[in-house]
Amino acid sequence: MPEQQPILMQGNMAMARGLVENGCVVAASYPGTPASEILSAIDTWRKAEGTNMHVEWAVNEKVAFEIAYAASQAGLRAVTAMKQVGLNVASDPLMSAAYLGTVGGFVVISADDPGPHSSQTEQDSRLMAMQAKIPVLDPSSPAEARDLAGLAFQMSEEFGVPVMLRPTTRVCHACQDIVVRPVLDLQRRADFRKDPKRWAATPMYRYELHVKLNQTLSRIAAYAPSAPRCLNPAHGNRRAVVASGVSAAHALEVINASGLWDSFAFYQVIQPYPLHSAFVEDIRAAYDEVLVLEETAGVMEMQLRDHQRVRGKLSGYVPEAGELLPEEIERILGRFAGRPVPELPEAVPAAGRRPTLCPGCPHRASFYAIKKAAPQGIYPSDIGCYTLGVNLGGVDTVLCMGAAIGQAAGFYQAYRVAGQPRDIVATIGDSTFFHAGIPPLIDAVVQGARFVLVILDNSTTAMTGNQPTPSQGTPSGKAVDIASVVAGCGVEFCRSADPLNLPAFTALVKEALAFSREQGVAVVVAKSPCLVDKSMRHAKRPQASVDAACTGCRLCTGQFECPALVYDEAGGKVAVDTMICSGCGVCLDVCPVKAIRQGGMQP
Amino acid sequence: MISQQLIISGVGGQGILFITRLLAETAIAKGVPVLTSETHGMAQRGGIVISHLKVGAFSSPLVRPGQADVLIALKPENVQIHRSFLRPGGWIAANAGGSLFLGENGEAASIDADTIAMQLGNPQAVNLIVLGRALATGRLFCSPDELDRAIRQRLQGKPAQMEEALAALAIGTGAGR
Repeated sequence: MPEQQPILMQGNMAMARGLVENGCVVAASYPGTPASEILSAIDTWRKAEGTNMHVEWAVNEKVAFEIAYAASQAGLRAVTAMKQVGLNVASDPLMSAAYLGTVGGFVVISADDPGPHSSQTEQDSRLMAMQAKIPVLDPSSPAEARDLAGLAFQMSEEFGVPVMLRPTTRVCHACQDIVVRPVLDLQRRADFRKDPKRWAATPMYRYELHVKLNQTLSRIAAYAPSAPRCLNPAHGNRRAVVASGVSAAHALEVINASGLWDSFAFYQVIQPYPLHSAFVEDIRAAYDEVLVLEETAGVMEMQLRDHQRVRGKLSGYVPEAGELLPEEIERILGRFAGRPVPELPEAVPAAGRRPTLCPGCPHRASFYAIKKAAPQGIYPSDIGCYTLGVNLGGVDTVLCMGAAIGQAAGFYQAYRVAGQPRDIVATIGDSTFFHAGIPPLIDAVVQGARFVLVILDNSTTAMTGNQPTPSQGTPSGKAVDIASVVAGCGVEFCRSADPLNLPAFTALVKEALAFSREQGVAVVVAKSPCLVDKSMRHAKRPQASVDAACTGCRLCTGQFECPALVYDEAGGKVAVDTMICSGCGVCLDVCPVKAIRQGGMQP
Repeated sequence: MISQQLIISGVGGQGILFITRLLAETAIAKGVPVLTSETHGMAQRGGIVISHLKVGAFSSPLVRPGQADVLIALKPENVQIHRSFLRPGGWIAANAGGSLFLGENGEAASIDADTIAMQLGNPQAVNLIVLGRALATGRLFCSPDELDRAIRQRLQGKPAQMEEALAALAIGTGAGR
């Protein structure tokens, strides 16, 4: 084969490449930052290589897990990919699948988000692997993530367990030059061997499976290909640094740049759980002081089990929250090596801009209408772009996927018991509704809860990069209509309107509120396409312009918060930023003195 | 081996990822290893977006404060927000119409990319205009011609987009009108 030119691959694309190169046949995922690009990259590689695969955006992570796991039970290599909080949703099948084990290689990718940059929590998926008793691999770079995807399949088949691959944001969303390797064709066909004692095990056999899993884990803790690597064998030192994931990559660079190679032994761990037992023995025998660098919890530190000599998160030497940035690692390594620690240049307090809904986003209009219709209402909301409705005062709570509906019902019951009814208007995105909104809606109807649910239907999963939702269907399946699902849950008021027509939409929300006060759950489907979604055609619309009648009241910049409307302190009036105005025209209805008009064409 | 660390900063929607990847692909075409770090998800929604780009022998995808050779700022206010990444002697290429406050030791190449992009009728062109300005200093790890080739490679099969991109870059480098 001729030598290939490397190509630029994002970590998620590199993992996808590793999976496809190693014979992955079934892949299922639900989008979530930083894992979202994995599945689309698998599909890209599938098309490029012409391999026969099933690649799907599942309705949620639990379903994705089960789809992929069944393929493994049938002897095929399969992957399920999600973000860390997605694994919470899929934790039920995960815990059980660890006992039942695998036939075809089964890889669970759970991407963590130390920081957090785009998540509700900084939880460490390696603790989930520990809880499930499955091995976890922790890549330090996109290139290594590609390699570990192959190793994960190999381990899963050798030991008959699911293997977790746990990248973090800085691996998922790093890009690196990588040379593609040929795709392995394993020539396998689905071949599910019935074994009810195993696959449908009763509690009695589960005990046996648990004992067997413990034995398997101790063998995995001696598996050579995933063993820790000492990167400076000739150090001659009684101090050691043990690092995994991107912390190891940061540390390596700092050690090189600061000339620290002789200050301590440096080990990179690629399998933080189970930590290799011989490695644990060696570390305890050979070193007086050990520093552990890892994200986000002290998983390796815990397994080294020596509070006298081991420093890390649990000992308080390394911060337990937040991302372990390279400048922080530089300071920790300096301190550990007894070197003077460099001063950091003073960073400007991040005033800057906060994230906000895009100009022309239909969610902005929905929130504005909700606040108009129910000014004293409680507004439970959910996970997605529309979480940013918090800037507009249209979002009071954000808990987890689907919780807007469960919480709306909970608020209703809490106020009902006290005999003081309140208006409650919950918001949830279309993808989130399908993901986790249906059981709580059924519950609300059954329990007689009364609130308005606005389903913000922009026909896409926008926040994570515009993945499809079930209402688009797939080439081989059928579309599932939101209104039919709502009706099927027993809701008797379900109407749809475009929030960009603000007066009509506000009137509909008021109508829904009237119904909810008297009768039960009312659903409004706010249907208007996402402007960022490139798969949709967007008509060019005339941009807004502000005329001299503007009083500078700033309702449009404060209450409506469109980034394309800018208050000019000097002139005391609002102006339109024509670089970004999308021409949605909603501000025309927002302005109390009608000073905003449709102006020129969008460039 | 070439060794350069860059910070590219702006707000969501300005095409920071696009120029980061173009520069990274240019490095690969020159046979130099590259590492980048991108912003995705919630932060992209109109908030501050930052890319790290490291060309040469590096293992960490992030630039440490005080280590960047170059800061490319697509918003004038981002110069202040992210200049702590610059090493002593590092330089700035910024989208700025008026004069840029740099304090001591500041060295900047600026261009009013917003106005030029509006004149082109293409608000999306700001990123390439500023990148062109940065290339015109001759101090980036690659040349305007090498970047031109990377654009042609990446936008193969999209002739209209390619023309617009090349035109924006050329205006930034001072080669086009």
